[in-house]
Amino acid sequence: MLGVHRHRVKGERKRLSPRRALQLGACALFNGYALGFAKGKIFTGPTKGICVPVLNCYSCPGALGACPIGALQTAIGGQRGHFPFYVLGMLVLFGVLLGRGVCGLLCPFGLVQDLLHKIPSPKATVPRRLDKPARSLKYVVLAVLVMALPALASGAAPVPYFCKYLCPAGTLEGGIPLLLSNPSLRQAAGWLFVGKLLVLALVLALCVPVYRPFCKYLCPLGAFYALFNRFSLYRLHLDKGKCTGCSQCREACPMGVEVLKDVNSAECIRCGKCRSVCPSGAISHSLGAEGPPAGKKAGHAPRAQGKGE
Amino acid sequence: MKGPKGVWALRAGFLLGGLALVGVGAARGEAWEVMEKAVRICLECIGIG
Repeated sequence: MLGVHRHRVKGERKRLSPRRALQLGACALFNGYALGFAKGKIFTGPTKGICVPVLNCYSCPGALGACPIGALQTAIGGQRGHFPFYVLGMLVLFGVLLGRGVCGLLCPFGLVQDLLHKIPSPKATVPRRLDKPARSLKYVVLAVLVMALPALASGAAPVPYFCKYLCPAGTLEGGIPLLLSNPSLRQAAGWLFVGKLLVLALVLALCVPVYRPFCKYLCPLGAFYALFNRFSLYRLHLDKGKCTGCSQCREACPMGVEVLKDVNSAECIRCGKCRSVCPSGAISHSLGAEGPPAGKKAGHAPRAQGKGE
Repeated sequence: MKGPKGVWALRAGFLLGGLALVGVGAARGEAWEVMEKAVRICLECIGIG
């Protein structure tokens, strides 16, 4: 039996990891209106009144829910501009439950970036002196493009500045499929669309050598959830009694988190790489518990590298 | 971050605050506003508007 199991494990090296299965499932769930892609139209059912936790364009033909960043800009801006109770409340709930686990486990655009980074190529490490300040950019995008500019423009027609000038997810999930299947929209596309295509192309091209550049440097939703990462219910635990200080976790972390110093850093997207590579089983995850879950107290054998992917 | 009790108090505060915000927003008709926007193709989002 053991031999059969071993053989099966060997033969199934390319089997989906639980994390990848979750990412694909979430992508299908948030974009489950398959007919929309064929018709070149978007879903108009009542679930569109509920925000999904991820950056998922509500103009994607398959989208079943609303993009929280788009909804936030609409609520803040425009003639009816007001404090966004409903959208902000949803974001707070998602943030306190999962923190940036949303980015690592559920986000479709994060999945796209993950897959692109798997393309065999030389991988780049952004120099620390550039990387550290650049990570603050996403907070600027949140404060300026998503909140301040739409608020300043309130009184006129709402302008979702982030969606209009930056969001590559909107171009990929909404713009390209709609323009491919809807001739009238294709005719209306102009320089703005070309500009957005260039932004998308640049982000996607950067994803091959750099891990998740959009999440690290630009995503306003990731910036919002980062504020909750240190106390969100879904979190990581480092058992300092078991930790040998080998730093394999730090070396493996694709987000560049100093795991030994701050296991629940604002930059951690809960991808699980650190857990996978830890040779002493010192890193665990839980939903709500303050320490490692009871079953994980005893050391567990390290899993094969890459399983956390 | 202060001890576990402080963390739980913070979480509980944010959970209740989040629920309250959603409730107030829904009562003000903001869910309808979100839906109104989301059921129409957002031309800005797709790079046309």
